[in-house]
Amino acid sequence: MNAPAAIDPVIDAREVAARARRLRLHVLRMAERVGQGYVGQGLGIADLMAALWFGAMRYDPRRPRWADRDRFVLSIGHYSIGLYAALAEAGVIPLDELTTYGADGARLEMSGGEEVPGFEMTGGSLGHGLGQAVGMALGNRLAGRDARTFCLISDGELQEGSIWEAAMAAAHHRLDRLTLFVDMNRQQADGPPERVMNVEPTPDKFAAFGWQAQRVDGNDVTALVRALELARRERGRPQVIVLDTLMGKGVPLFEAREKNHFIRVAPEEWAMAIAHLEGQAS
Amino acid sequence: MSTATRTGSILTSDTLGAARTATAPFGHALVAAGERDPRILGLTADLGKYTDLHVFAERFPGRFIQIGMAEQNLVGIACGLARTGFVPFCTTYCVFATRRAYDFIAIGAALGRANVKIVAGLPGLTTGYGGTHQGIEDLALMRAIPGLVVIDPADATEMAQATAAAAAHDGPVYLRLLRGQVPQVFDAQTHRFAIGRANLLRDGADVAVIATGLMTGRALEAADALAAQGVRVAVLHVPTLAPFDRDAVLDLVARVPRVVTAENHVVSGGLASAVADAIVDAGLAVKLRRIGIPDCFCASGSIPYLIERYRLRAVDIADAARAVLA
Repeated sequence: MNAPAAIDPVIDAREVAARARRLRLHVLRMAERVGQGYVGQGLGIADLMAALWFGAMRYDPRRPRWADRDRFVLSIGHYSIGLYAALAEAGVIPLDELTTYGADGARLEMSGGEEVPGFEMTGGSLGHGLGQAVGMALGNRLAGRDARTFCLISDGELQEGSIWEAAMAAAHHRLDRLTLFVDMNRQQADGPPERVMNVEPTPDKFAAFGWQAQRVDGNDVTALVRALELARRERGRPQVIVLDTLMGKGVPLFEAREKNHFIRVAPEEWAMAIAHLEGQAS
Repeated sequence: MSTATRTGSILTSDTLGAARTATAPFGHALVAAGERDPRILGLTADLGKYTDLHVFAERFPGRFIQIGMAEQNLVGIACGLARTGFVPFCTTYCVFATRRAYDFIAIGAALGRANVKIVAGLPGLTTGYGGTHQGIEDLALMRAIPGLVVIDPADATEMAQATAAAAAHDGPVYLRLLRGQVPQVFDAQTHRFAIGRANLLRDGADVAVIATGLMTGRALEAADALAAQGVRVAVLHVPTLAPFDRDAVLDLVARVPRVVTAENHVVSGGLASAVADAIVDAGLAVKLRRIGIPDCFCASGSIPYLIERYRLRAVDIADAARAVLA
């Protein structure tokens, strides 16, 4: 069971921030090639991906099916761009495979599936991820493994009733090695949730279901790392961290853009965005 | 009515006249499978006592997981458990599994190739509870999902064998459940269920009856009655709707192109459709009559009343056989 050095649960915020910048560059390069893609989501969630894959999670990039691994369950399939970036940065998939994102016949589909190492399930049909994560957490406990299960869903996904079925079950079965993230980017397909179908107050809802509930700025690495540590210490109940994130975070050009589920980018803007991030990284 | 009741009814009170029954064959078969394979778990959506899963829960309390009334979650959690190496058997009723949890079965279990077994009670007209509880179109829904094994067992013997087969199969399975006091049509010593294989129970040159689920018992009764009148009836039992044993069906109907299908299910999308597809694809000219639930939700009432009203009795199969001979 020799695990790589990455298992150290003490998370280095500076390391996370540096990795997050690299993940954002990967996201931009992937999206640029196809001229579209869920670049806004990939940028917005980069800090969480970095905090998990370069801090909170125990895994071995050479053995993605290692039974004792911590699992990251991506329920929102259209965020795959963010997970591909993290998997490539972590060495689970080849870095140069990112150039195939969204290409016909490639395994890095825009809404990815479990044929890609590091994908624990096929997300995309929203409302599935948390239930499967509950099953994985139950299964690991039954098997006597201390592995953790992390799951990412989105604010609009809270409108799926199955999320609340799973939330009830996670608390009932006292799954304290299950941590859920809700990405509150406030952009679902038809607009912001407060207009489509209000999901607030989200932390209160989970707290009422019996979860430890926190809410942080999902693009504040220090706050994120602190919340992960609090969640890790919790016993007897599952944890939710509600993340207020900004779509397009890290690229002012996109941050300021009128927000859409699917950000439109002009061809010349990709180079400007990449140059901005490269300038930050150097 | 006594004939139909003998092999037809699943409610305890209606099976007392059956020549032989077995109690909770699924529950006992799952315990046997669980003794052999520690990966097997039992999950239910608040219907453990009503799906014979209580037998497993009593034997293996630590391997029984109550999910509550949440069928999407039942299947979702089962998929997650399967991904950590377990073999979860989930029980509820056909109507709830297929109507409520369809996307979870299609995407979580089938597309994800999760090793999940869905065992669903009250198939077709095995309850008098009306349209909310009678699973009349579940086979059509499940058969349409790529990669999902769909089984409709005939009796207690096959229920037990299919449970063992589902446990041994690496992949998602939808298994119709016959619960409680279940009639025994097949001899456990001689009957051999295998996923994807039809059984030619008897041969005959005049009419071919192709049946699935509990309708096979009634088809055998119809064949007996017709034999007494000099009509030679072949009975092909097709317990697996998917993968479908097309070769067995075509071998038979090519020889005997006067066919009756019989299923405890609507006549669209289930066995009759699978048989018709095979016939059309093979370019055969066949006379076909379909016994099954017509295109409607069914009434409430006693099982004998319902199967007479919707023409699922042995005599209805025999009438259809005479019609294709005419």
